[in-house]
Amino acid sequence: MAKGDTAPARTRTTRRAKPAPAPEFVQLLTPEGERVDHPSYTVDFTDEDYRGLYRDLVTVRRLDAEATALQRQGELGIWASLLGQEAAQVGSGRALQPQDMVFPTYREHGVLYCRGIDPIMPLSLFRGVDQGAWDPNEFKFNMYTIVIGAQTLHATGYAMGVAKDGKVGGPDGEAVVAYFGDGATSQGDVNEAFVWSSVFNAPIVFFCQNNQYAISEPLERQTRVPLFQRAAGFGFPGIRVDGNDVLAVYAVTRDALDNARQGQGPTLIEAYTYRMGAHTTSDDPTRYRIASEVEAWQAKDPVKRVRAFLEKQKLADDAFFDEVDEAARVQAVHLRERVLDMPNPDPRTLFDHVYSEGSPLLDEEREQFSAYLASFEGSAH
Amino acid sequence: MTETLTLGKALNVGLRRSLEADDKVLIMGEDVGKLGGVFRITDGLQKDFGEDRVIDTPLAESGIIGTAVGLAIRGYRPVCEIQFDGFVYPAYDQIVSQVAKMTYRSRGKVKMPIVIRIPFGGGIGAVEHHSESPEAYFAHTAGLKVVSCSNPNDAYWMIQQAVASDDPIVFLEPKRRYWEKGEVDTDATAPSFPLHSARVVRPGTDCTVVAYGPMVRTALDAATAVDGERSLEVIDLRSLSPLDLGPVYESVRRTGRLIVVHEAPSNLGMGAEVAARVTEHCFYSLEAPVLRVTGFNTPYPAARVEEEYLPDLDRVLDGVDRTFGW
Repeated sequence: MAKGDTAPARTRTTRRAKPAPAPEFVQLLTPEGERVDHPSYTVDFTDEDYRGLYRDLVTVRRLDAEATALQRQGELGIWASLLGQEAAQVGSGRALQPQDMVFPTYREHGVLYCRGIDPIMPLSLFRGVDQGAWDPNEFKFNMYTIVIGAQTLHATGYAMGVAKDGKVGGPDGEAVVAYFGDGATSQGDVNEAFVWSSVFNAPIVFFCQNNQYAISEPLERQTRVPLFQRAAGFGFPGIRVDGNDVLAVYAVTRDALDNARQGQGPTLIEAYTYRMGAHTTSDDPTRYRIASEVEAWQAKDPVKRVRAFLEKQKLADDAFFDEVDEAARVQAVHLRERVLDMPNPDPRTLFDHVYSEGSPLLDEEREQFSAYLASFEGSAH
Repeated sequence: MTETLTLGKALNVGLRRSLEADDKVLIMGEDVGKLGGVFRITDGLQKDFGEDRVIDTPLAESGIIGTAVGLAIRGYRPVCEIQFDGFVYPAYDQIVSQVAKMTYRSRGKVKMPIVIRIPFGGGIGAVEHHSESPEAYFAHTAGLKVVSCSNPNDAYWMIQQAVASDDPIVFLEPKRRYWEKGEVDTDATAPSFPLHSARVVRPGTDCTVVAYGPMVRTALDAATAVDGERSLEVIDLRSLSPLDLGPVYESVRRTGRLIVVHEAPSNLGMGAEVAARVTEHCFYSLEAPVLRVTGFNTPYPAARVEEEYLPDLDRVLDGVDRTFGW
């Protein structure tokens, strides 16, 4: 280009972010508390059931708030709050049959509660007095898994075992549910779990809580297609549900679990929800998302809409709501007291259970360390 | 009755015994079914035990190990085959973060009776990723046990012991020795040794040579080559985690000299651990520093130079000369 020529004005194609369209999903209860019909899904709840779901939602939110407070006061090392995801967890948790098996991440406190498990159980992990030890088979609820997506393969293997045991094919069949988040869908393990479950027709439900963020990274960094659509490529159904609608989550999960237990193989459920709080207490979401977005989701709150429904339908009065709040508060206080009472482990126990059948190396180390500790006894320490 | 079997066949018969002994035992891996594995170690097992127990898996190593974890929680005892040493790394996270830690983090409430079989080591003229010796990665990981067999009789018993163990075991098979023959007492009902025990395979008086897996044969060949001139005591570690160093200490206290031989690179390898512990326990018996004869600290090289990379009889004897020349 000769000097003095003017460069042609380039037209810049701006790819402006279009406002995300409202996602299509199964919904049975609007944010305003209106009960709406869906052609394929419904619930058959008694008035007492509706009140029970409300109680669950309030209770898990209150216990979660207590755990956050305990962390802020230095009593827990970290806490992964479920705030905003109560409906996804209570709806799916209440859809489980007693014989079903759960493989959680580290955030499924609400599912755990709905399994009838004492909410104190995972707090030892977050307090750091152990690593969240319990017997998965006793509670039909695996230990929390922190490595993202790893548990989806465990769930798949367990589901293959269910099939080998002949526990599929009838209404009393066992189903397995694997929880994970939107970020986990990028993991190789999750995709391998999809492949394996599909080719072995494993009795499993993949329950993805799409809470829109993997710590700071928005969904757009994980996928260019709606997550539930990925299932098609693996050869099983995928469905998206309003993750803040406890009724829809219940209906969709129950259906998928029943399909699994009947021998119809896996389903991917994308529960479209929002993480109202931080990723964990170590996170600062103000660095990566704007307040108006959070406010928009507050209008879709999973607890408020059930309360609105109960009020509109005159299924509960103020006395009921007050009693639920008070009962949750009492549970939270009780939880707090027991967290504070958790003893620190004896340091000698750190050598225990590395192996089921022991190891001479650890026997030697335990002995040496015990002698070392004993050498301080009676000293000024 | 003793039978003459190749090491590969001894593993095959051992796996068959394990499948017969406990119907919770499963075999899973790539091509382990109809094909019988690329080395035929699982030959005929799917035919006799069915596709439900001998499972051809999708081609995904993390999936093999990750699903084995879930099967173990369900009460099964999976025996996983990783086709070659260099292909274990996609499963490394599941092995190190899940398999190895599940018993510990559950405070003993969850057992992980998983065997991870890996044909390992070089010497077969293969392309890259087919000749590696990854034992140190696994021996370094608390919660895993690591063993390696060196001969058909050990292979036959050790695989059955590994399957019967409630702890996860990385079972390293010396692929270049798969075709070597030996006597196996297949009539005996129990092994004559515990799984995690070293064995003096050739007694001697002048210098101790410690090896495992494929290098035991090499060490024995070296001992034979200098027979009458120098008396080498050869010890097969068999178990790399936990180590059974009692027989090594006892030997070194007599010989005063120790050479550790392995195919894996020396840097932070098994030889370093053995040397450190022998130094601590036998300091006043040593006539020379503990020496290592190992693969070089390079990636595993191209096949046409692997004979130079791998310790052989001469390299072992060179090590012996060096310890006497100290």
